[in-house]
Amino acid sequence: MTDPVLQTIGISKAFGALQASKNVTLDLQPGEIHALIGPNGAGKSTLIQQIAGNLRPDDGQVILAGENVTGLTTAQRARRGLARTFQISALAMEDTVLQNAILGALGASGKPWAFFGAALKRQDLRQAAETALARVGLSDHVATRTAELSHGQRRQLEVAVALTLKPKAFIMDEPMAGLGTEGSQQMTQLLHELRQEAPILLVEHDMDAVFALADRISVLVYGEIIATGSVDDIRRNPKVREAYLGEED
Amino acid sequence: MSRETQINSLIMVGFILVPLWAWMTDEPFIITLTTKAAILALAGIGLNIALGLGGLVSLGHAAFFGIGGYAMGILASHAQSYDPILETPFLIEGTKSMIVIWLVAMITSGLAALAIGALSLRTSGVYFIMITLAFGQMFFFFSISWPAYGGEDGLSIYVRNNFPGLNTLDPIQFYIIVFVIMALALFLTARLAKSPFGLALNAARQSATRVETIGLSTYGLRLLAFTLSGMITGLAGALFADLNRFVSPTMFSWQTSGEIIVFIILGGTARLFGPVVGAALFILLEHILGGLSDFWHIYLGLLLLLIVLFARGGIIGILAGREVAHD
Ligand SMILES: Nc1ncnc2c1ncn2[C@@H]1O[C@H](COP(=O)(O)OP(=O)(O)OP(=O)(O)O)[C@@H](O)[C@H]1O
Ligand SMILES: [Mg+2]
Repeated sequence: MTDPVLQTIGISKAFGALQASKNVTLDLQPGEIHALIGPNGAGKSTLIQQIAGNLRPDDGQVILAGENVTGLTTAQRARRGLARTFQISALAMEDTVLQNAILGALGASGKPWAFFGAALKRQDLRQAAETALARVGLSDHVATRTAELSHGQRRQLEVAVALTLKPKAFIMDEPMAGLGTEGSQQMTQLLHELRQEAPILLVEHDMDAVFALADRISVLVYGEIIATGSVDDIRRNPKVREAYLGEED
Repeated sequence: MSRETQINSLIMVGFILVPLWAWMTDEPFIITLTTKAAILALAGIGLNIALGLGGLVSLGHAAFFGIGGYAMGILASHAQSYDPILETPFLIEGTKSMIVIWLVAMITSGLAALAIGALSLRTSGVYFIMITLAFGQMFFFFSISWPAYGGEDGLSIYVRNNFPGLNTLDPIQFYIIVFVIMALALFLTARLAKSPFGLALNAARQSATRVETIGLSTYGLRLLAFTLSGMITGLAGALFADLNRFVSPTMFSWQTSGEIIVFIILGGTARLFGPVVGAALFILLEHILGGLSDFWHIYLGLLLLLIVLFARGGIIGILAGREVAHD
């Protein structure tokens, strides 16, 4: 294998008596979509929060492009090329869709100390923002207030903001949730293209999307990875069928 | 022109016509009242950067207002007594030049805001309110117990400070200075709100996680906003002291901090002209109701309650409706 873009080594995290992450080791290789699946409450979002820097692990390391970033803040990790989308949208709700995307482009520029010119008239930021919004299918909603978007559209905006960052790695927490059939298909197509730009760690409940997209799948149950492998490996794995997929038979 | 812009223009016209009319009919007291409203508006414009744009409820902005006031008082008192502030290791003399006083007021209040902000911004919510209040009170008690500059009695300055080419003791000429500064501050904050920095600051108020996730430090954004905010309120303090030709610890009191917040809530939080309308209304009520009853604050409180309960956008919100997203 080549050098991973992103890696967790032995991450553990407890909330009181609840062990939300148990010695989680996984990696993300260039060009791949690595899906992280598991039942509700398995600890997927908790793991993502530790990778992105919103939560400190009790133990273990997060390595981004060869650098140990475990001690860095969320913003520092973002500047080093980590783009994350949220299961529960974290957007500037009073602002328009375009303003949110421009904010992403501003973060990517690393230069927020501009006090006079209007942000919306900055051609560099605006172009990056509009391109990203077009890719997720939000071009018709640039002037809409974010609070007025549907849940699915907010998820699309989350992805658009991540796109403006031009990151080294994407981490996406349920980007398909709330999207209709058409939206899901469009998002699946987008993620499929996107892996060439940067690999994606994808948390998703939509199994059709996962099986269509994933190069590898890891299965998380009670905070622990019980299996990692190709789509076929995971489908055949008896432990996985029992713990997770079994309910479909 | 949006409805809000129309209303804002009307307010500006009011700030020109009222003193003009007072000047023509020889009513210097009205000019002085308008001057006071414009200076307090400026203090509110400063706080509105932190509170409106940044969501930082500072109950300690009297610290900056007072620092500006004392910057004027100290510099001018040394100048009027021909007694240098410092002789060794180098000479620092007092001054009666408004421009120098404004610069000193802005630099000192900015430095204080930087220090207070650096510590306070490690907390949030109620803790932030309390810690800024505590810093404000520190300045208040310090000013009371520092005898060199009048202690509790404050400091009187006999003649208003100088501005090149103007007779600052003439109410209308002093008003022109204050009005131009207020207009300039409004222009700059309007630009700031729409700038990339303003966009990021405003987003940090709505979702700190979002701003961190795109790689910006909310702490850095807020600290700069708090510092700019303190500088403008400090400048207002210097003008306020010059208007009264007097500074006292009252400028540092927590009631002063509260009043500046009241201007903003009355007029409309995060609205460009919110503090202007709020301060004007405050002065108007103080003048009209204060003449009728010593307890006019009760009516002010009632009005404030109504606005908080039924009109979150303040007076500007009532008149202009919800803020429109600009493109
Ligand atoms: N801050 C917290 N404090 C205490 N417990 C928490 C906290 N965050 C999450 N948990 C618990 O940790 C467990 C894992 O939660 P997490 O949100 O990571 O699950 P998930 O796999 O993302 O689930 P879902 O598929 O529903 O999104 C859950 O039992 C949850 O209640
Ligand atoms: Mg989750």
